[in-house]
Amino acid sequence: MIRVILPAHLKALARVSEEVRLELAAAPTCATVLDALEAQYPVLCGTIRDQVTHQRRPFIRFFACESDLTHEQSDAPLPDAVASGAEPFLIVGAMAGG
Amino acid sequence: MSGVRLLVGTRKGAFVLTSDGKRKDWKVEGPHFAGWEIYHAKASPADPDRMYASQTSGWFGQVIQRSSDGGKTWEPVGNKFIYDGVPGTHQWYDGTPHPWEFARVWHLEPSLSDPDTVYAGVEDAALFRTTDGGANWEELSGLRKHGSGPSWQPGAGGMCLHTILLDPKNASRLFVAISAAGAFRSDDAGTTWQPINRGLKSEGIPDPNAEVGHCVHRIAMHPSRPDVLYMQKHWDVMRSENAGDSWTEVSGNLPTDFGFPIDVHAHEPDTVYVVPIKSDSEHFPLDGKLQVYRSRSGGNEWEALTNGLPQSNCYVNVLRDAMSVDSLDECGIYFGTTGGQVYASADAGDTWNAIVRDLPAVLSVEAQTLA
Repeated sequence: MIRVILPAHLKALARVSEEVRLELAAAPTCATVLDALEAQYPVLCGTIRDQVTHQRRPFIRFFACESDLTHEQSDAPLPDAVASGAEPFLIVGAMAGG
Repeated sequence: MSGVRLLVGTRKGAFVLTSDGKRKDWKVEGPHFAGWEIYHAKASPADPDRMYASQTSGWFGQVIQRSSDGGKTWEPVGNKFIYDGVPGTHQWYDGTPHPWEFARVWHLEPSLSDPDTVYAGVEDAALFRTTDGGANWEELSGLRKHGSGPSWQPGAGGMCLHTILLDPKNASRLFVAISAAGAFRSDDAGTTWQPINRGLKSEGIPDPNAEVGHCVHRIAMHPSRPDVLYMQKHWDVMRSENAGDSWTEVSGNLPTDFGFPIDVHAHEPDTVYVVPIKSDSEHFPLDGKLQVYRSRSGGNEWEALTNGLPQSNCYVNVLRDAMSVDSLDECGIYFGTTGGQVYASADAGDTWNAIVRDLPAVLSVEAQTLA
């Protein structure tokens, strides 16, 4: 089980108040987590990454275990603590604008 | 009893303002979609409870919301706006080729007859259509693939398709306007398009016969006379008698002919409204006085409407989609400002009142007349 924490605006859009829990068939990577997230909450399609290219939106960041994973390869394995559910995978709207 | 509902899009959410036919007391509900930019929201003429809203964010992209109960509840629908084929390039600000990239939906225009059909004007400029209530969107790519497309260039606010007019007497005829490409017309339901910019004169375009390149801010029509179009251009207020085939300037005695919105009285096809703004470099009213100008002669002769509007220290702007009229017997007219005020007149502009004063910057106002 993977725990995902969404930014406030995407929580509202997905109509969830707490963290999201996902069951993944494949090994957890950034790409497989986002695949599962979008399958469970189709309304999030296009809000985190491009719907066709799957390129991350410019002001979206990924963190886990106090590390910035934003620029990791999308198919790189996530930390064991994320895979085990001990630590959440954080999707963050970058601090920009006003 | 009759009434009016205003759908107000702002930088930080949508608001729904309702009143009875007297239009004196207003109920303000919102914000819906708090924190998101709502570029535009509009109800279907064919089903007053069916509404669509463009919800957008620089962080999270585009969402389209649909309501089927008059705005009480909303549900996200399809947000996949994919250009048809290989998108190609248009001109960037510096004149270099730049790939077409979807940014947001500026304007949603529901069909006059089918609540499930809606047109969407987007940035980078293109026209999309849904026929299934927003689940799927298909580009009407004949517009973007018009031969002039590679020469289109963005205006300061982006290369947006911001105006969509549907001809109520001819279902095959549509008009759109793009900043800064100009105005276009289709006579075959959106399959093919022709520029309709003859007669426009723009600083920086030395060729008086330039097919495209004009920064059209808004066009408007009266439903009883759809061949007569009014245009607020970057500078100049224009009128066409022939569905855009040619234009003549009708700025007349306006104190400045720069502005963004233009609209037409619901019952008087020759009564037109604009909000003059000082200049292209100073987007606020002249001398700090907020004035709507009305022409009862289809342009050229204009009168200032000031009763109830601030006449000192007012430095707001009124954006292109932020003016609308109702169709009650005494035509009501409404506009919102970048300062968050929404002003209403229940007597065709003679007197004004602020319905609400402290919303986020207003991007759009749509008036819906309720039976």
